[in-house]
Amino acid sequence: MNLIDKLKKFVIITGHYGCGKTNLAINLAIEAASAGEKVTIVDMDLVNPYFRTSDYRPLLEKHGIDVITPVFGATNLDIPSLPASMYSIFEREGRVIVDVGGDDVGSTVLGRFRPQLMNTDYDMVYVVNRFRSMTVTAQETVEILREIEGVSNLKATKIVNNSHLMSETTDAEIHTGIEYAAEVAGLTGLEVIANTVPEKAIADGKVDPGKVDKNYVVKIYSGPGFV
Amino acid sequence: MSEKVLMKGNEALGEAALRAGCRHFFGYPITPQTELSAYLSKKMPKVGGTFLQAESEIAAINMVLGAAGSGVRAMTSSSSPGISLKSEGVSYIAGSDVPALIINVQRGGPGLGSIQPSQSDYWQATKALGHGDFQLFVLAPSTVQEMADFVALAFETAEKYRMPAMILSDGMLGQMMEPVVFPNETEIHEGDKSWAACGHKNARKHNVVNSLYIEAKDLEKTVVERYERYEKVKANEQRSESYLTEDADIVIVAFGASSRVSRSAVNAARAKGIKAGLFRPITLWPYPETELEKIVPTAKKFLVVEMNMGQMIEDVKLVVGGRKPVEFFGRTGGIIPTPGEILEAIEKM
Repeated sequence: MNLIDKLKKFVIITGHYGCGKTNLAINLAIEAASAGEKVTIVDMDLVNPYFRTSDYRPLLEKHGIDVITPVFGATNLDIPSLPASMYSIFEREGRVIVDVGGDDVGSTVLGRFRPQLMNTDYDMVYVVNRFRSMTVTAQETVEILREIEGVSNLKATKIVNNSHLMSETTDAEIHTGIEYAAEVAGLTGLEVIANTVPEKAIADGKVDPGKVDKNYVVKIYSGPGFV
Repeated sequence: MSEKVLMKGNEALGEAALRAGCRHFFGYPITPQTELSAYLSKKMPKVGGTFLQAESEIAAINMVLGAAGSGVRAMTSSSSPGISLKSEGVSYIAGSDVPALIINVQRGGPGLGSIQPSQSDYWQATKALGHGDFQLFVLAPSTVQEMADFVALAFETAEKYRMPAMILSDGMLGQMMEPVVFPNETEIHEGDKSWAACGHKNARKHNVVNSLYIEAKDLEKTVVERYERYEKVKANEQRSESYLTEDADIVIVAFGASSRVSRSAVNAARAKGIKAGLFRPITLWPYPETELEKIVPTAKKFLVVEMNMGQMIEDVKLVVGGRKPVEFFGRTGGIIPTPGEILEAIEKM
């Protein structure tokens, strides 16, 4: 399924720490670039030291994607800071995908851009994973969303269900995840625009994507990659 | 939560601490350990426990000494430079025969070093985390599941022998996410706490938790008795894992994150027809000498792989005793070796 066309040109990706925001952002960016769009991916994560969008700069640039990252992001400094170029993201042509840090702590940075965002037609995607600790129930998932919305002064507009159990994902996890995402949708009034399925789980015969409504097949880029 | 959930290693340590009955956490933030403190700051108040962000690492470790001295399960966590700051308090804990848990999510050093993963604190953990004659019980997990499983084990062993325990992790294990499962109900096996200074209520003689001895002979006697306990730890508590070592010509010895990369390298070597195996120490002190010794007669060569400049290799050489060559491959400064690099090192042997 094509997902990028269900989203406005300016996409903000939020969610619980470790729910798969960065991986989704990379998949979306590559999807858009492959469809011929001019794409900018923005690493706005100021809290997470490892597994960041900027770790994948060579891959993204190979697809012709512009990458904007915090100063000192993915280096040995604890405190990445926002570069002046961050303000250019509101004036860019084409697609802009903003990968924000996890939880309320990671989303606080969005508040700073509220004046610019007020004049931007954006989608704010809330990424959810039923198998991620602290977002196992729909209720706690909504609590985290409210915290993110509270600090960012922005409202989520769409949900992407990214429920998986890494290499142990099977049909059972995918379908449990779909039920859970529907419950989150019910509590928030937001639409679930996609249910992700890991490409490798399909290749290994563990998941039948034909049985997954609104399926969005994702490649796994983010992670340690050595095991 | 008997089903699997995805957790970062740091979060798994925090959840496991709660399930092990730890209700006293004292810490100070530092990358790449902070998710552990963040997790407990959210969860500890919900179970009526104490989460306290101290004014410094030194304050935190001395709070652990005080709390653990009263007989409760207490812990602290930090990363390399913060652990150095705690070293005085750790020595006092050992000198007071108080069980407590210290977690080190290692980063590159020395000095401020880096925030990337490292195993450069092996010597510090196993030989000299603080002044004086003493040892820590040191566990080295290699998966997020082991991060979860080793917390209760660390507390239980610490209590059994009345000594501090350390989980020596690293930034990669702390930050990476894996499926983890916790038992429905964790049984808590608390050790004898009749020594604890928790209020005698005029019902018994008062207990003293202290590391100061006025007479040298009394201090010597206490230290000697402590070392008799350490001999029991060495006899009873060695843990390790052997992978494809039975017929291996080349045996890699690696712990923690580097053992995971080494396992991939062993599989790659086997695919090329090289008989490689992996010996993984799980306890770093006591060092699993008994099981390593069993491999020495059949192995032709040993390759020690560490994320440092070569520290554990000395313990391997002590066991091998010059009978077989022991070589080293390591990366440092926050760099994780790749399976390909290790395979290359195997092929050069």
